[in-house]
Amino acid sequence: MSQQTVHPGKPRVAVHKFSSCDGCQLSFLNLGEALLTLAERIDLVHFAEAGPLDPDTGVDVAFVEGSVSTPEDLERIQHIRAHSGLLIAIGACATSGGIQGLRNQAKGAEWVAQIYSHPEAIASLEHSTPISCHVKVDFELWGCPVSGPQILAVINALLLGVTPRDNTDKVCTECKRQGYPCVMVTHGIACMGPVTRAGCGALCPSLGRDCYGCYGPAENANTDALAIQFGHLGLTPAAIVRRFQSINSQAPVFLAAADKLRAG
Amino acid sequence: MTERRSVAIHVPVLARVEGEGALDLRIEQGDIAELRLRIFEPPRFFEKFLEGRHYTEIPDMVARICGICPVAYQVTAAQALEDLFGVELDPWARVMRRVFYCGEWIQSHSLHIHLLAAPDFFGCGNAIELARIAPDEVRRGLRIQGLGNELMDLFGARSVHPVGVRIGGFHGAPSLARILDMRDKLRAALPEAEALIRWAAAIPVPQDDQVFVSVATRHPADYAIERGDIGASDGLRIGAEAFDAHFIERHEPYSTALFSTYHQQPYLVGPLARLNLNHEYLPGAIRALLADIGLVLPSRNLFHSLLARAVEIWLALYEALRLLDGYRVPDSPWVPATPRAGVAIGCTEAPRGLLWHRYEMDDAGCVINARIVPPTSQNQGRIEEDLRLSLLNFGLDHPDDALRLHCEKVIRNYDPCISCATHFLRLNVARA
Ligand code: SF4
Ligand code: SF4
Repeated sequence: MSQQTVHPGKPRVAVHKFSSCDGCQLSFLNLGEALLTLAERIDLVHFAEAGPLDPDTGVDVAFVEGSVSTPEDLERIQHIRAHSGLLIAIGACATSGGIQGLRNQAKGAEWVAQIYSHPEAIASLEHSTPISCHVKVDFELWGCPVSGPQILAVINALLLGVTPRDNTDKVCTECKRQGYPCVMVTHGIACMGPVTRAGCGALCPSLGRDCYGCYGPAENANTDALAIQFGHLGLTPAAIVRRFQSINSQAPVFLAAADKLRAG
Repeated sequence: MTERRSVAIHVPVLARVEGEGALDLRIEQGDIAELRLRIFEPPRFFEKFLEGRHYTEIPDMVARICGICPVAYQVTAAQALEDLFGVELDPWARVMRRVFYCGEWIQSHSLHIHLLAAPDFFGCGNAIELARIAPDEVRRGLRIQGLGNELMDLFGARSVHPVGVRIGGFHGAPSLARILDMRDKLRAALPEAEALIRWAAAIPVPQDDQVFVSVATRHPADYAIERGDIGASDGLRIGAEAFDAHFIERHEPYSTALFSTYHQQPYLVGPLARLNLNHEYLPGAIRALLADIGLVLPSRNLFHSLLARAVEIWLALYEALRLLDGYRVPDSPWVPATPRAGVAIGCTEAPRGLLWHRYEMDDAGCVINARIVPPTSQNQGRIEEDLRLSLLNFGLDHPDDALRLHCEKVIRNYDPCISCATHFLRLNVARA
């Protein structure tokens, strides 16, 4: 099964999945024509959803989607790290623990017992954690999901032999660049844009709605100021906590903001 | 050949399905002693962490159950809640929900046909290999997939976890110029979809008729996608609220997906089940095409699933084009909603089949508890039954690799999205 043709000179690439919705891998499968071009430029060694299966051969670059959430995951991520040159975590699940990180505030075992009649058969760790909790990660791409252009930019940088870059600015700067009216100023909507990392192109404000933070925290995010502003807009403390506790609830900056509010 | 082998096949990681699963097969004295499809996608506990969340957050949260069919989750949840809150959608929004949903069918079906299922039938390990021998067909498939994505972008700004649905309609409405451009593309895609159907119909498939019950949403006005009652091929017709009286979910210790049964038996949901039940709602042009290629419906052969997806791509393109005729930008893309305590229930046809949601809500509009029954867990029992029958029909004396490939083809007919239930086949064959 692992009879892969080896193309000397082409970088060997793997895409691995952990606990996730498969949405970030779709950023590859949705590339259209660019996917076929890409497939000629790299040697796709392992990408289960697309077909090639060979998790054991060493690769130059491994993309990892998903969070670590089972005992088996703990071993698998070590194995992948040991067999990969660069390891790139893609998406909210892999960079912050993802939406399933919401379980970290609860009693995972009780939840298992409430859903499954054979809870003993469900191997699930108490916490859903990002890849960087377990192994060295060389580069992180945030977003739920990461976009096709983000993925292509990273691969192109690697093919050119330069260090990939990612925008760590705020969604607000993208709104301004695109000329979208601020939803908070004009409609009083509690928008997470001021603390959320850029990258999506301010999609939510483009539709006149609030950003809900799916790209995770921006650098130098002032969550205190935003929480105060949300209060002025009429949100209850519980509602403000929910704003920070959503897709990237375990990102340290968002978690700290929520904990501070919970402590009152 | 007649040697009575005892073999255990373990298909460790099933490629080209979404999620993770494995198959254990034990053959003793030339008969199947054990067959288990194990789904071990780690549980993500959506139903639990929805508890306490405000109704306005639900569409964005449930989308994350599945990156391939987020629209299904968003629309099902929104409509269940709108129903409970007594929200009457603007006719514009009602129609555009169907158009938006068509985008997801087109994207998901084309991805499945070209990137996941078709390589099997051409002896290719994956779509990249298939693209070397059938470049035009694969490129056509990718174009159609891309068009589905564009249709979702129109209403949701992106196709994976779109951000446009809100309770009461959509957050924003696309401009007329964008719709006119889309209409041109849809019109141009219809002949491509027809060529896709003819290509799919020419792929030789095994003759493998089986007896099973098809279950799908049905609606008196059209080929049900985003609304309707629940119907079954034995004549059942019930409202979504009566689901629990006829369908039961149970947990098998070897899987993280729950299994559903209908009156104690496995049943089929998805494109073939829909065609079986709703084919008379297909437009005349496509029925003539189906007669021409010789597809007789209802079909008992699950190997018609790939063709069924191709037919539904054509239908979704046709419907989107039809419904965007005379498009106008609405005064407001949404109407306000006021929460109400009670139970919100709704169902729609996700690309992989019936999707059922139930939310118990408090009077502040927060979730007390939630239950979501995705298509893959409904099909899981049927897949096991199919594998058993199909393997016996195929012959157990084939070498392990041939058995494995056959099992994978059977499983991929259902396009199991193992993320929603749960992705991979580990086939363990034990022969004794
Ligand atoms: S980050 Fe979001 S889109 Fe990506 S796998 Fe996780 S849930 Fe899916
Ligand atoms: S605006 Fe915010 S929530 Fe919306 S897509 Fe961008 S980062 Fe995600």
